[in-house]
Amino acid sequence: MCPAFRQRERDEWHLMSPRARALAAIGMAGVLWCGATVVASEPGRSITDTSIRWPTWPELARALALRDYNTRVVVLGTALLGVAAGVVGTFAYLRRRALMGDALSHATLPGIAIVFLLTGAKSMPLLLMGATISGVLGVLAVLGMRRMPRIKEDAAIGIVLSVFFGFGMVLFGLIQQMQTGNEAGLAGFIYGKAAAMVAGDARLIGVVAAVVVAACAALFKEFRVICFDQEYASSQGFRVPLIDLIMMGLVVMTTVVGLQAVGLILIVALLIIPAAAARFWTDDLLVMVALSGLFGGMSSLIGATLSAIVSGLPTGAMIVLCAGVFFFFSMLIAPRRGVIASAARHWLLRRRVAYQHLLRALAEYEETHGEGAAIGRKDLFSVRSWSAAQVRRTLARAVRSGDLAVLADGSVRLTQRGRVEALRILRNHRLWELYLIRHADVAPSHVDRDADEVEHVLSEAIVRDLERALDEVARVPPSPHVREPAP
Amino acid sequence: MHDQTSPSSVQRASPDHDPACPVSIHDLTVAYHRRPVLWDIDYAGPEGQLIGIVGPNGAGKSTLIKACLNLVPIASGSVSFYGKPYRQQRRLVGYVPQRESVDWDFPASVLDVVTMGRYGRLPWCLPPTREDRRVALHCLEQVGMADYARRQISRLSGGQQQRVFLARALAQDARIYFMDEPFAGVDAATETAIVGILRELRARGRTVLIVHHDLQTVAEYFNHVILLNMRIIAAGPTAQVFTQENLQKTYGGRLTLLDKAAQAMALNGNR
Repeated sequence: MCPAFRQRERDEWHLMSPRARALAAIGMAGVLWCGATVVASEPGRSITDTSIRWPTWPELARALALRDYNTRVVVLGTALLGVAAGVVGTFAYLRRRALMGDALSHATLPGIAIVFLLTGAKSMPLLLMGATISGVLGVLAVLGMRRMPRIKEDAAIGIVLSVFFGFGMVLFGLIQQMQTGNEAGLAGFIYGKAAAMVAGDARLIGVVAAVVVAACAALFKEFRVICFDQEYASSQGFRVPLIDLIMMGLVVMTTVVGLQAVGLILIVALLIIPAAAARFWTDDLLVMVALSGLFGGMSSLIGATLSAIVSGLPTGAMIVLCAGVFFFFSMLIAPRRGVIASAARHWLLRRRVAYQHLLRALAEYEETHGEGAAIGRKDLFSVRSWSAAQVRRTLARAVRSGDLAVLADGSVRLTQRGRVEALRILRNHRLWELYLIRHADVAPSHVDRDADEVEHVLSEAIVRDLERALDEVARVPPSPHVREPAP
Repeated sequence: MHDQTSPSSVQRASPDHDPACPVSIHDLTVAYHRRPVLWDIDYAGPEGQLIGIVGPNGAGKSTLIKACLNLVPIASGSVSFYGKPYRQQRRLVGYVPQRESVDWDFPASVLDVVTMGRYGRLPWCLPPTREDRRVALHCLEQVGMADYARRQISRLSGGQQQRVFLARALAQDARIYFMDEPFAGVDAATETAIVGILRELRARGRTVLIVHHDLQTVAEYFNHVILLNMRIIAAGPTAQVFTQENLQKTYGGRLTLLDKAAQAMALNGNR
């Protein structure tokens, strides 16, 4: 094996370690929280069944430490749900199937209502089974409609979502008419009512979350390849419909067990928002899945805790709001992709462009007035249109970094150091102008503005290519266009 | 579902498909929404050649490739690789799709994408090994992209993306390659790299079918050519087939009746 290749292997491992570190950090955060809550917990009075009121300090402390059995059930159950939704949601998001989850969750409503009408009782397993069946029917309806020539996927999802939901609401109306007094809890499926969860429900969520995470880990390669390039996957012998079916199956499981805690209107948020937030932070799919799981878990945990502390706050809404906060901050502060980072990059570029424009203006001034010529501050405005504040700031920076010298009368001239840089920029500008005129057939009167943008981003390699194309090696070519006199 | 393996086509396949022929296409017709885009294609690809597929827009060049790879439903006819249907020969067939067919903002590094070329060999649920990554790195080296292994794929130029797709296909180490417009919109460095890879593939006895749109370079790059416009106009060694007369037939006006018939079939199907 050649040494260069080994070197690259080493580099590869070196470069992989940040990912390993990121994953480890994500894992540790989760483990620490769970550990802390388990240690702090002790059996006690439930606060989830109190009426709507603000908590006292001791109650607050108890809730935060998850000391109450019921609170613990609710909070840990929903947190596991959030992890599962975040993990499988990443793949659904990348496969652009996230809104399918919305159609699915809304389509569960008639199933719940029909099972209740038939049995007249709130048997959780039966209700969830009904939800699954009608949810899957909804997904099949979307897939079926999409095959028809004139119906696009968004329309199909909109139709299925609203019609199934409307049908479910009609059935709910019928149930209320019957007034058995037993239907009270059903509305929880729509808006989410985590407080109604019992230990069995949390266990079910735990089992489903374990299955979902394990399946996503096992099928990571399969999910990755069909999310990125479905046709290629198919050409490689991957059974894309089957893999899609498994993925959708995991989404169905997560949605159905999450109905009670989050409610069918908002559960889609847990599939989309953590994944979208995680995308800001990383370009590595594995890290993104882990982060999305963490965001989903944390928002569920915080949201459920808040709604347990202030009884009356709907759990689903609180969870979604927390996820929204995660998303908002990710969008703002993520390195590279975040709003602040890209604004900062933009600002730095503008600063550099202004600086280089100033130096180039002085180099051009020296061309006409002789080397070392000083230019008065007022004259700077005749060579280029820029704001007074911009000129003042840029001049100050140039003087600080030693590219410009200020004379006694306030006029400025290039220092030796500044001249080198200014000539380099001027040369790039001229080379690009010449290239446009000779090779791209752009009129000489137009090239100045084009080159104005390009001169700042020309890499050394491109400059060398330009030199070769133009047969210009050392000197600064003269301006190919004459500045047009003002009319 | 479309019936791709009807008994009649399977029976018909066996006598006509030569086990020594890398790609043989028999009586292939393909339709989108019942509108035929390829009619009665018969072709037997010679081994170890670079075969250009040339024709005007809408001639069905990409469709021909996709039909060979079972990516679009076949209305009638059959395709075989070394005498056997595609399902049994997947390992032998590599595919370079059009660059625009995927979302390059996907969270993956260059090495991740090239390693996907090894996925087809791996059983369900097993991740790629170090060896797979080593092969992927080696293939990146071949296309001159080894320095970009860790880069996120959205931060590549179009030509670099094309080379990544090429490296992914090389990682598969297939015997027959299908490439969909690999030269479309690439820079000079990429063009040189692709040509070099193609020559090397040929030297190693691989068969490559390439959809190509630049008539200027056909004679230079390919020693075989298929002139296609909804049906095969001519196919064979470039020197014999790539003539002014054949090009005229391929590009000079579509066969209007064929077009009209296709449209009528589509209309009747949708009504």
